[in-house]
Amino acid sequence: MAQEIRNYTMNFGPQHPAAHGVLRLVLEMDGETIVRADPHIGLLHRGTEKLAESKPFNQSIGYMDRLDYVSMMCNEHAYVRAIETLLGIEAPERAQYIRTMFDEITRILNHLMWIGSNALDLGAMAVFLYAFREREELMDCYEAVSGARMHATYYRPGGVYRDLPAQMPQYRESPWHKGNDLKRLNRWREGSMLDYLEAFTADFPTKVDEYEELLTTNRIWKQRTVGIGVIPPEVAQQWGMTGAMLRGSGVAWDLRKKQPYAKYAEMDFDIPVGVNGDCYDRYLVRVEEMRQSNRIIRQCVQWLKTNPGPVMVENYKVAPPKREEMKESMEALIHHFKLFTEGYGVPAGETYCAVEAPKGEFGCYLVSDGANKPFRVHLRAPGFAHLSSIDAIVRGHLLADVVAMIGTYDLVFGEVDR
Amino acid sequence: MTDTSKTSLAGRLAARFGDTLKISVVRNETTAELAAADLLAVAAALRDEPEFRFGELIDLCGVDYLGYGQTEWDTSDVSWTGFSRGVEGEAVGRFRWDDRPRDVGQPRRYAAVIHLLSVENNRRLRLRVFCADDALPVVPSVTGIWPGVNWFEREAFDMYGIIFEGHPDLRRILTDYGFVGHPFRKDFPLIGNVEVRYDPEQKRVIYEPVSIEPRVLVPRTIRDDADLAQAKAEAADHWREN
Repeated sequence: MAQEIRNYTMNFGPQHPAAHGVLRLVLEMDGETIVRADPHIGLLHRGTEKLAESKPFNQSIGYMDRLDYVSMMCNEHAYVRAIETLLGIEAPERAQYIRTMFDEITRILNHLMWIGSNALDLGAMAVFLYAFREREELMDCYEAVSGARMHATYYRPGGVYRDLPAQMPQYRESPWHKGNDLKRLNRWREGSMLDYLEAFTADFPTKVDEYEELLTTNRIWKQRTVGIGVIPPEVAQQWGMTGAMLRGSGVAWDLRKKQPYAKYAEMDFDIPVGVNGDCYDRYLVRVEEMRQSNRIIRQCVQWLKTNPGPVMVENYKVAPPKREEMKESMEALIHHFKLFTEGYGVPAGETYCAVEAPKGEFGCYLVSDGANKPFRVHLRAPGFAHLSSIDAIVRGHLLADVVAMIGTYDLVFGEVDR
Repeated sequence: MTDTSKTSLAGRLAARFGDTLKISVVRNETTAELAAADLLAVAAALRDEPEFRFGELIDLCGVDYLGYGQTEWDTSDVSWTGFSRGVEGEAVGRFRWDDRPRDVGQPRRYAAVIHLLSVENNRRLRLRVFCADDALPVVPSVTGIWPGVNWFEREAFDMYGIIFEGHPDLRRILTDYGFVGHPFRKDFPLIGNVEVRYDPEQKRVIYEPVSIEPRVLVPRTIRDDADLAQAKAEAADHWREN
């Protein structure tokens, strides 16, 4: 008896716990096998680029945090660097070290989020809880410098908003934090933020060991990731992949080494690369990147402890004067008023500035016609390029592997949809 | 100054492609402007020839040059006849659909801008292709050369209405299902055209004409008095100590 077998189409998301936000995937299935994957994106499209055209340059920095909302400061860095390039100004050395340090803090924050959620997608609950323990400690650093745990708006054209705090904020006694628990929470917080980070970085490698203990040799983890989603290096390049997606395939490409910005040229760190280009290799690459970021943070902390200095250019056309000065000086008051009402004009021209964000190359293409608002801002999000390859990569894989693949892309829809 | 020596990227591009490319180098960023008709041949050569090897297409985006260099605030001659220095403003965010700017001062509005990266040679290159016809902007698709451009072209089509000839699947990508118009065009209102809400009577989500007023808090200004030159002079002057 002849039986008719037909492919059927399945809707995955946009509200699915493994869809990492608002991905809608229309999957054409042959049994358990993927025949075609058609991602529908844009559910989080806010028109950031158009909004930026309607505002003075500085008012859009906050939008950058909300693109890839797990690597906030790296996005700010690309945008701020593009403005600085067109203005022809350079941030003071201390600001550049602070940016380098916070870029790496951001990388660890991002990778912790990724390792937790990816493991959760593939059935390992505990990693998520461990990773969020350290995320909390680093988000306190965000809060200490900017007042916000995530959307910091800390980088500004010409430097950073303010210098690092001399005193790390401490937990106060409350019904939820008291006794030994309070002591444990405050154990690193006696001194400055740099002391806190020094203690954190001394401890963090052992925490990475804990994540590795849970996953690296875990049989289920390896069954779910080894040999899944193999991307040969030439395919990775065809699809415009960058960051860990490219390095996982064995291409030693990292903007921090190849086109250094901020203070990366002075840093001593290594670039991990994968061999097979599968999900497991990308996992190993990212775990090693956390260790390397830890090294970079330590170097920055050492430098910042011994080298005080300005963190913002002394150019009152782009940076506000000090509050005390405004009380006495007419010019300072005028500068402040002009800066916060009209903003500053950026010389006509165009530039593309990229940073090695945790997910890959995050770039900002900025066109200015000389006005106080950008004429065109285009943000090149790594996740957008990565996700576009999903159809080519997952064909022939099983449905469960799509989840592994979405996890390994490290997608955040804030940046994919912009 | 454009460095056209044989060793520079600009020099080698000029030697290889001649008049096909209009090359400029600003702040070490090389930009090549070319006609849509030449794009495919140049792109293939840039990817394959050993001296270029631009294996990765990092980015493609549309740009709408309508209103480039226009301002809403008079900064050059302050009027002594009145207080207002405001000029007619048509910049983004100021208009609704029915009074959108129609006057086209720019000779050609739409361009597709491509950013290439060569991992082997550690180089970047920017290509700009203007669309010949504003009413029907068309650019050949480079999906055959860099498959990763697929979504970038879809996005430029969605946002600017630039049609990529030869694209295998030129659908909208970021806007809503059934969206009308191309939202990043400079004559598309920032407030949009429709708003969406749940209607309890009809028990479904409905679309209505947008009810908010267009509003911009800061006018768009261009100052030719070189703010930054001024700032540099002031920084050198130490006026605070005098």
